[in-house]
Amino acid sequence: MSTPTLSSTTTADVEELARLARWVRATSLRVIVAAATGHPAAELSAADILSVLYGAVLNVNAEEPHAPGRDRFVCSKSHASAALYSVLCARGFLGEDELFSYGQAGSRLCTAVSNRLPGVEFSTGALGHGLPFATGCAIAAKLDRSPRRVIVMTGDGELQEGSNWEAAMLAASRGLDNLTLVIDRNRVQKGASTEEINALEPLREKWGAFGWATRDVDGHDHRALLDVFNATPFESGRPSCVIAATVKGRGVSFMENQLEWHGKRLEPRELQLALAQIEAGG
Amino acid sequence: MSVAELFDCAEHFSAELLRLAGEDERICVVINDSAETHHATAFQQQLPERIIDVGIAEQNMVGVAAGLANAGRIPFVHSAACFLTARALEQIKADVAYCSSNVKLCGFVSGLAYGALGGTHHALEDIAWMRAIPNLRVIAPATANESRAAVRAMAACEDPVFVRVISKTLVPELFAENVEFRFGEATLLRAGGDVTLIGTGLTSTRLVDAAECLSRQGIDAGVLHIGSIAPLDSDAIAAHAALTGRLVVAEEHVTNGGLAGAVSEVVVRTHPVPLLSLGVPNVFAPIGPTDWLHEHFGLTAERLAGAVAAWMDEPADGDA
Repeated sequence: MSTPTLSSTTTADVEELARLARWVRATSLRVIVAAATGHPAAELSAADILSVLYGAVLNVNAEEPHAPGRDRFVCSKSHASAALYSVLCARGFLGEDELFSYGQAGSRLCTAVSNRLPGVEFSTGALGHGLPFATGCAIAAKLDRSPRRVIVMTGDGELQEGSNWEAAMLAASRGLDNLTLVIDRNRVQKGASTEEINALEPLREKWGAFGWATRDVDGHDHRALLDVFNATPFESGRPSCVIAATVKGRGVSFMENQLEWHGKRLEPRELQLALAQIEAGG
Repeated sequence: MSVAELFDCAEHFSAELLRLAGEDERICVVINDSAETHHATAFQQQLPERIIDVGIAEQNMVGVAAGLANAGRIPFVHSAACFLTARALEQIKADVAYCSSNVKLCGFVSGLAYGALGGTHHALEDIAWMRAIPNLRVIAPATANESRAAVRAMAACEDPVFVRVISKTLVPELFAENVEFRFGEATLLRAGGDVTLIGTGLTSTRLVDAAECLSRQGIDAGVLHIGSIAPLDSDAIAAHAALTGRLVVAEEHVTNGGLAGAVSEVVVRTHPVPLLSLGVPNVFAPIGPTDWLHEHFGLTAERLAGAVAAWMDEPADGDA
């Protein structure tokens, strides 16, 4: 698969997004295998959300990565770093050669998301930091009276960090309707399901109780993701929360919902099998 | 002791910030409630849009500040030093220092200033924690004028800074109104050939008075003020170690990991000399008001002078 060309943020159609997502899936797996590291199932879980955001939602431009009016995307789900860098590559923020420097000596591409790369707003890796930061970004946009949007993606397990709920209260309290949280809700964290370890449910009700306008979406359905992001803010005066139902390891049959693929390295034969499944439309 | 006019550093710090915010609309304040404690009430009244009160949520407070900095704002985070540095330590490390966010972390009610509220409220480990973090400037101005100068220097620099603000205890003035705060530069407050007394924040003015006491006992003590703990003026410390052959470090902080640690790290690799470390030994303070705690831990001018004089009577290690 060659790098998809995306010149505009607003014109990508659903077929283009599907192509982009396949490329992001395949590329992120190739990148982490080359680096002999990574979190393959998390990359696949978030690949569609990232592809829709960068393919058709976010107003960002590689030529001007620090443009004041750009939308801010905060990738708190740091385990999806290779998918983020891949989609940034598709948007021209870095070349494919550099993409494969991921985790290598002297690279700008930290295996936890790092803002050493222009286009990445914020370094994450310590969980529960993205939403507070994004809340600050959204307050700043309000102070600037700017229409720019702030979108933050978290994993679901990381919602167990209390700092998220501090920010959740503040964002609602200040009526930050320029802030959208998308939760990659694959229901699996490192050791077990989120519900077994420290239950998040009823998640939608929790966000509602915290004052957020909340919608559920299929986190692998590009059309539905596009529609939900285009529908933000869901309510004027309230921050928006998108609970994206996802499958950890999505698109590769032997990884889907398998705990061991949280941080397991793919053998060459497994990578070939995975790439074939992704190419076939996973 | 001379009867000098005494000043409230926290009040001056906040007044200067408000003045500067009037000139620079990028400046904003992030607080965790308690505007009054941090002298932010005037800011709240005059620039209400630019004060962001996150409530009692220090981790979020620092993360929000980093987000504001991402948009080119210059957030001054006002909080009690104890809660700011301990509760939000990871946010200070990751969101501010690691991300190079232009955030100014202002630790009010530092040291023993919370008095009888006890160990939960005392900030006696903050210098150790903060100075261990890369890409974070750590400063502790000694007087009202230097606190004002620190505000100007913090606003002018684009790096993350933690400042320890002297609160509740009033201090004399040693500097001119137009003094400049320079990161990485120590200030010689008094020259002396027998011993160099090194302080930071609250202890620096007290060491000046202590040196006066010592001079009456025939001990010629110099006083070096370390307003900038990181970056540290290693050259000045090494030079004074060479000049006087003995160093005393006094700090309103535990004696492990703070200024004495920083000074020791310099002298052992440059000019090893005997060093007396005065401050709070690694204990939680007993209950009592701040003045009493300063007395208890030997941080008054008289007690500092007494400790130095007693130590000067002992033969220095290596003297034969």
